[in-house]
Amino acid sequence: MIAHSVFFYIFSLIAIISAVMVTVSKNTVHSVFFLILDFISISCLFIMIGAEFLGMIMLIVYVGAVAVLFLFVVMMLNVAEQKGQWFSSRWDGGTHIPIGLLVSLIIFFELIIVIGGWKYKPDLLNSLSIKISNEITNTRSIGNVLYTDYILLFQISGMILLVAMIGAIVLTYRERAGVKRQSYVKQISRERDEGVDLVEAERNKGVKIDA
Amino acid sequence: MLSIGLGHYLTLAAIIFTIGVVGIFLNRKNVIVILMSIELILLAVNINLVAFSIFINDLSGQIFTLFILTVAAAEAAIGLAIIVVYFRNSDTIRVEEIKNLKG
Repeated sequence: MIAHSVFFYIFSLIAIISAVMVTVSKNTVHSVFFLILDFISISCLFIMIGAEFLGMIMLIVYVGAVAVLFLFVVMMLNVAEQKGQWFSSRWDGGTHIPIGLLVSLIIFFELIIVIGGWKYKPDLLNSLSIKISNEITNTRSIGNVLYTDYILLFQISGMILLVAMIGAIVLTYRERAGVKRQSYVKQISRERDEGVDLVEAERNKGVKIDA
Repeated sequence: MLSIGLGHYLTLAAIIFTIGVVGIFLNRKNVIVILMSIELILLAVNINLVAFSIFINDLSGQIFTLFILTVAAAEAAIGLAIIVVYFRNSDTIRVEEIKNLKG
């Protein structure tokens, strides 16, 4: 129990510090690295609390795909090094910094008040649909529900990923001038008559090509 | 203090959520950092869902987290594609120089 608390505090401290560093880092590449650290510590928390499947999926999806995508874009656009101060204030005279901090503090205290003075509706715990069983693993119980009760949502999320993929390709695609490409339509619709020419070759004269 | 309950996880999620919101409010550097702040906010939501799911012993929260993960990945891909196109057209993604809408 003590070990659980100690690890909780260590991981959440790392998560909070790296979340702060994501927003205040001068170098965008460092921001991406701190984002990766944040995801890793949160997924450690998930694994610790008993949601192993989600923790591992967080590692694969966020660290392996999303963060690498961010890193790729940051390095491709060459915007890594930003000159000037952390929050440059040329645009509106810097008034947005205190107001932004004030609004965020208010949001934070509202959240804390809600967390402090909240309790379950009495009949909630009896009305739950999918109980977590201790006899089968977390992955297996998620699979049991995901492919039966939630199959439509699962397929719709697949459609969302497909739309995102097509959208990203369509957005970033561009025709370059002067690049020679294969024309599949032209290749496939070629007929025998255009391709092959039968010539009667005369003796000692041969055939003139490209005449 | 020593036994970790639901409140600890909710507080952690609240802190990370607020840091994400601060990142959106105060950022004047480039749009990519704003996208990363949105990822932080989604992460806070995921922490909340998983913590509730474990502490009230119901699996639905974890399934919802899975779908949020999907949507977050799609959103990051589309957002980064838009940023790449914008950078190609106007050679900057600094927030203070993006003012085509005169907002």
